[in-house]
Amino acid sequence: METLSLIPTQQKDGRFGIFGGQYIPEVLMPAVQELEETYRQTRNDAEFHEIYTHLLKTYVGRPTPLTFAKRLTEELGGARIYLKREDLTHTGAHKINNALGQALLAKRMGKTRLVAETGAGQHGVATATVAALLDMECVVYMGSVDIARQQPNVQRMKLLGAEVRAVESGTRTLKDAVNEAIRDWVTNVRTTHYLLGSALGPHPYPTIVRDFQAVIGREAHAQILEAEGRLPDACIACVGGGSNAIGLFSAFVDDEEVALIGVEAGGEGIASGKHAARFADPARGKPGVLHGTFTYLLQDEDGQVLPTHSISAGLDYPAVGPEHAYLREIGRAEYTSVTDAEALQAFQTLARTEGILPALESSHALAEAIRRAPSLPRESILLVNLSGRGDKDLETVLKALKGRGA
Amino acid sequence: MSGIKRIAQIFEKARNQQRAALILYYPAGYPDYATSLEVLKGLAQSGADLLEVGMPFSDPLADGPTIQHATQMALSQRMNTRHCLALVRELRQQGVETPVVLMGYLNPVMAYGMERFVRDARQTGADGIILPDFPPEESADFRALCDAYELALISLVSPATPPERARQIAETTRGFLYLISLTGVTGARESLPPELEAFVARTRAVARVPLAVGFGISTPQQARRVSQIADGVIIGSALIARTGEAANPVQAAVEFIQQMFTALGKEELPRFESL
Ligand SMILES: Cc1ncc(COP(=O)(O)O)c(C=O)c1O
Repeated sequence: METLSLIPTQQKDGRFGIFGGQYIPEVLMPAVQELEETYRQTRNDAEFHEIYTHLLKTYVGRPTPLTFAKRLTEELGGARIYLKREDLTHTGAHKINNALGQALLAKRMGKTRLVAETGAGQHGVATATVAALLDMECVVYMGSVDIARQQPNVQRMKLLGAEVRAVESGTRTLKDAVNEAIRDWVTNVRTTHYLLGSALGPHPYPTIVRDFQAVIGREAHAQILEAEGRLPDACIACVGGGSNAIGLFSAFVDDEEVALIGVEAGGEGIASGKHAARFADPARGKPGVLHGTFTYLLQDEDGQVLPTHSISAGLDYPAVGPEHAYLREIGRAEYTSVTDAEALQAFQTLARTEGILPALESSHALAEAIRRAPSLPRESILLVNLSGRGDKDLETVLKALKGRGA
Repeated sequence: MSGIKRIAQIFEKARNQQRAALILYYPAGYPDYATSLEVLKGLAQSGADLLEVGMPFSDPLADGPTIQHATQMALSQRMNTRHCLALVRELRQQGVETPVVLMGYLNPVMAYGMERFVRDARQTGADGIILPDFPPEESADFRALCDAYELALISLVSPATPPERARQIAETTRGFLYLISLTGVTGARESLPPELEAFVARTRAVARVPLAVGFGISTPQQARRVSQIADGVIIGSALIARTGEAANPVQAAVEFIQQMFTALGKEELPRFESL
């Protein structure tokens, strides 16, 4: 493909195969280079790790447990299902692992102000939380569509002292919140760190976010060995930008026998065009550049970014982290999609069988496990990343169920 | 003649007239295709030294509300890269000889096909291209391609760019170096930063190419201030704000550029024939 051959193919920092890179306005180049350099130094810095690890343990609540979903497993009558409980972290989703790590980096760089984008609000809440903890100014950009569907999180951010700025441009969802956060960063780059919430954006973000989320995979790897004496047959995680998935996958990438399965938002179905499935829809999902990185992107034939749809605000994003594009290209990970209806169904099933309300994002991963488990032998193991809890989604879920006459 | 040379010539001409070159940005397809064509023609006939034709993108990261809104409007009428190139061709067919630079974002160019884009841009009569989200580190191959087709790929520096990096970027640019006046997005500003003179002087010390300053310039007084220190003055949002929704956009554009020219100290205003 001609467009691909123009991307430098040599393996260098910040590239995952041909994916990744730094496609950003010049004003941001010094900032990302500073971030890269700071991260290079802190990566092996004992003091930084001590502070970070201590806070993960005493503030975030790590390690999170691995829960065997006994009743769900019995109901499905196939593979044994384990849940990695990121819903039990402080603030209720995996996003806090990354927010804390990056905020500590920002402090090291002498930045006094954090800006962030948020879709479901979980990343916004995590950022507002660490800003309060570390005494930093915090502005969170959120599409007005998402503000309407994630009210509890909007209120939480405000109580935590953050300013929530409604974004009215474009599709008024996550993509446009990222645009506005970047515009703010462009303007205030000297004092401000952009605390990007997923494994996307320009290098070094995809690497930094993956490394801060890798704690999920490391813990799960050890925990499943302890519980079962062996590794799972598959790890399953939902993929918005891809941070919870890459965090889980990274610990299992070298274990070739473990299947890695990412689940995208299928919305109203791939054929409807109303979804956020970058990989599952070859007509719309093609390699391109958005928000500083070269990756799979939902776009029209003119290269304009297409509107997306998902019942879950955190998956409602037209691009995917570049490392996922790479893992898929080399055949190491597989990507599927789950519709709004299937996710809702999974949400209810887990609530009823295990007494856990999963986030709608996580419900996508769960739905994929529910789809697969019955036809698998009883000794096989599926490890599902429960990336967050569903409290924030109650209103959406109840409204959707009412709409479906349930 | 090579696009690079044609662009270089405008700075020479302006220097001979003891003023900065006047560079106007206008988005293709705003408020519609026909009007944008007429506005660009009007700007050329009023003596604009260089036209920047904006190619719309759904997610224009480096742009403020004025250009975002204009691009959105263009997109809603299905403006695309092919139509932008057609517009340049039409400008040329109607006798406009002013150098034209296409300004847009990487993804639509990638979708069009990079080599096909450079070839077609040259063939339709464009002289250069500016892609603010395609920094020198990433664009080496594309630059070689542009060089081969004699299309000027214009690089940008910002006040946040360290001098050594500015020197390296100046070596990659063709035609001129685009200095972003402030850290921020496009859009008219009430005042330009006080550090502007120092920024231009610092860049002058490391760059041997013409320097054009853009972002935020909106009044004749600001244009005059920039004219005194730089080789080119780039204006976009202020022009769009004035013309796009005016009863007669072409006349509004012509009046705007005449005010700017007066401020730049140009002796004689060129007559606009077809009003
Ligand atoms: C609970 C939860 N899971 C998953 C996601 C999706 O993001 P990512 O793919 O980066 O994990 C979000 C995003 O807001 C979220 O809140």
